[in-house]
Amino acid sequence: MKKTVENKPGGGKIVELKNISKAFGGERVLDSISLDIHDDEFITLLGPSGCGKTTTLRIIGGFETADSGDVFFDGKKINSLPPHKRSVNTVFQRYALFPHLNVYENIAFGLRIAKKPEAEIRSAVKTMLAKVNLSGFERRHVESLSGGQQQRVAIARALVNQPRVLLLDEPLGALDLKLRKDMQRELKEMQKNTGITFIYVTHDQEEALSMSDTIVVMADGKIQQIGRPEDIYNEPENAFVANFIGESNIVDGVMLEDYLVSFAGQTFKCEDKGFGKNEPVDVVVRPEDIDIVSVADSMLTGDVESVTFKGDYYEIIVDIEGFKWMIETTDRQAVGATIGISIDPYEIQVMRKSIYSGTFGDYSSFSDEIDTMSDAKAGEEA
Amino acid sequence: MKRAPSLRKFAAAPHLVWSVLFIIAPLLFVAYYAFTDSTGAFTLSNIAALTSANYRMTFMRSISYSLIATVICLVIAYPVAYIIARSRKHVQGTLIMLIMLPMWMNLLIRTYSWMAIIQDTGFLNEILNAVGLPKIHIINTPGAVVLGMVYNYLPYMILPIYSVIVKIDHRLIEAAKDLGASGLQVLTKITLPLSISGIISGITMVFVPSISTFYISQKLGGGNYDMIGDAIERQFMSNYNYNLGAAMSFVLMILILLCMALMNRFSDDDAETGGMII
Amino acid sequence: MKVLSKLCMFLVFFFLYAPIIVLILFSFNAGRSTGVFSGFSLYWYKEIFQNRTALNALLNSLILALSSAGIATVLGTAAAAGLHKFRGKYTKAVIMNVTNVPMMNPDIVTGVSMMLLFVFIGRALGASNSLNFATLLIAHVTFNLPYVIVSVLPKFKQMDKNLPEAALDLGCTPLQAFFKIEIPQIMPGIFTGFVMAVTLSIDDFVISHFTSSGFQTLPLLIYSMTKKTVTPDMYALSTLIFVTILLLMLLSNLPSFADQRKENKRIRKASQKKG
Repeated sequence: MKKTVENKPGGGKIVELKNISKAFGGERVLDSISLDIHDDEFITLLGPSGCGKTTTLRIIGGFETADSGDVFFDGKKINSLPPHKRSVNTVFQRYALFPHLNVYENIAFGLRIAKKPEAEIRSAVKTMLAKVNLSGFERRHVESLSGGQQQRVAIARALVNQPRVLLLDEPLGALDLKLRKDMQRELKEMQKNTGITFIYVTHDQEEALSMSDTIVVMADGKIQQIGRPEDIYNEPENAFVANFIGESNIVDGVMLEDYLVSFAGQTFKCEDKGFGKNEPVDVVVRPEDIDIVSVADSMLTGDVESVTFKGDYYEIIVDIEGFKWMIETTDRQAVGATIGISIDPYEIQVMRKSIYSGTFGDYSSFSDEIDTMSDAKAGEEA
Repeated sequence: MKRAPSLRKFAAAPHLVWSVLFIIAPLLFVAYYAFTDSTGAFTLSNIAALTSANYRMTFMRSISYSLIATVICLVIAYPVAYIIARSRKHVQGTLIMLIMLPMWMNLLIRTYSWMAIIQDTGFLNEILNAVGLPKIHIINTPGAVVLGMVYNYLPYMILPIYSVIVKIDHRLIEAAKDLGASGLQVLTKITLPLSISGIISGITMVFVPSISTFYISQKLGGGNYDMIGDAIERQFMSNYNYNLGAAMSFVLMILILLCMALMNRFSDDDAETGGMII
Repeated sequence: MKVLSKLCMFLVFFFLYAPIIVLILFSFNAGRSTGVFSGFSLYWYKEIFQNRTALNALLNSLILALSSAGIATVLGTAAAAGLHKFRGKYTKAVIMNVTNVPMMNPDIVTGVSMMLLFVFIGRALGASNSLNFATLLIAHVTFNLPYVIVSVLPKFKQMDKNLPEAALDLGCTPLQAFFKIEIPQIMPGIFTGFVMAVTLSIDDFVISHFTSSGFQTLPLLIYSMTKKTVTPDMYALSTLIFVTILLLMLLSNLPSFADQRKENKRIRKASQKKG
């Protein structure tokens, strides 16, 4: 069922990971990962903390070596090539600007190491500073800059070396929400203009959805799904992906035959096929894809348990035969009211059972546990 | 191709070789000399010689004087460290500098200078005389030896205690007050327990040099109150009985190791850097 | 309470500085005594500059302190750089414990133990005198090493571990990354370690007493003088050294004093505006 990525940007493969495994102190962090990254692509490794995304990035950067498996760059095997011999550059999680050098010297660092002529360095740094809107900051001490400015210096310092691939390790994690949104747009812009492949690591699904050409969802050292943002959101391959990206109701179901699935005691038309007869499956329905209808016209009925005002919509929890569904609607409902719901066939996503089945999807506790947990963990790491 | 970080460890190699040659080997020599006679044959007679009444007395004296000096240092240093830690930031820097400054002047000459103060005809007695008080005899008494120890090692007690107290989160004290603790209760229930690690390293930093000193008692005690250090020095520099001297050093080392092990049981902090270095 | 703490501080500082005040006073004594003051004179300050033995001892002390501190700083910084990368907790703890031995052991035991080693080797080589400048230097480097390591190692730990990685990422070889990025980051620790080593070395008497012969440092000279009588010219020399160090300390604190004054001014201005 693996879907191929259709809009492969640019062209050939630039980075190839083959069956990469890595353990730290006996704990397996990466479990046979294989991944192709193409020229001119904005690819995001997305997952909760501890899923192995940063380790994958560090293996590409040359800061870790894989226990087994191969890394190819431009078709050449680079398994144990040290970082300074790789034509990739990195934007580190908290920038890692050199505190004893000023803005200019930080950006010029890579060029100086490469022994570029002074005139060339000067013009390259100047151009780069203009590109990240920091002209006039040359002599400033890096510690006197704001988080956003430090971020720009870090990007400039990496890009000035004209790497084939830029690695970004949660580069926006330390910025506040407003700044993060601006930087997301700017980064995307920069990637388009330079044509450099960006490999971006984040635990923020919204960031991943809005910036990437391709998203790689990771959990427990394995790749869960690779696809365009739309595919990942609309057609998650398992309960983990469905739950991690956006809100979802995940219920147990049985695939009766092609295009016909049964869950919550009813039979529904759907658009999925290729499952075995009467195969148990997980069914995902997004909260915004459920229509509230009169009880008479409904497919399912339930009692409204709680209503939360969210600004542009209401988030309501409905008890349908003991399972708590989340529904987003623009119409206010009364708590305790019995309502009817209807789901269109194209809003139903059927997924094979996985180790994540039954772990997520019921809103009885009505908390975003997994999100809060992973965010908190990511915070600890940072 | 080998990766760089593993090569990096070899930077420690010269130091490791140095440690084996000049830290471990010398200590093995102490043990070797302690358990051999002048011909190099194994013997316990050096250790046995230390059980004589004379040496027992020397050991007991060293232990008791240095214990007294340590307690006096603690009693003086704690309030001083507390006052410094609670004063304004730039005042703190100046006060700490003033505490450390005397340590930059040679220890021997400062001790020598004390003689001019505590002699029977010295400054102290002249002042006492001037205000009509009776003279006191200090020089060449056990009191003078303890005074010398307290004087020399007091800063080593103040600095570690200060560096621990100054790091105590002030909000803890406010929280304790908010919960109804009086000033004294804050001290005994919050500040004191939180400064234990500083006290422990202060005690070691005063006790170890005190128990092994060999100069102070010669000058201020008039040579009447032999300490372990004096006895060791005599064996090496005038009697040339290295084996007996090594035996004394060996016993002194064991004694100090035991004391340190005892102290470490009181502090659960890891002693890697402790509060030793300010 | 305020008065009580001020009194307490005054008494402690009086206690700490009493012998120093007495010493400075007697350096201006017209007579030869360090116990009876017989009038003000600068005689001993002239005298000390004629005293070749004392000046030579001072020079020896400086040579020993700077060379031993220099060697210890290089060895100790390299050791810290390597130890920082040690992963095995147990090996690292063993190494640190051995390293700290000269810091924990009483000076007299360190001195005696090294003397035994040197004498043993000297006898084995058939030398008539096994102690010399080299043995003294080795002894000083040995007791300086742990102080350098404890001031440098934490700086490596505090350093953002991405910094050397960023340097490698930008094309540095591991050696370039170490010298261009790591050394500047840990420089304050190296400096502290060096200054501590110089201080300890200049001040050391006990270990030098057992490991030197022929090479006379200032503490060794003072010790030999205190066996007989100390003349006020040594007091004059000590006073000069004390004043030099005081000036150095004030000078190194000057920038922070200036900052403090600027800060005070700013606060005053701000509060005036409010008022």
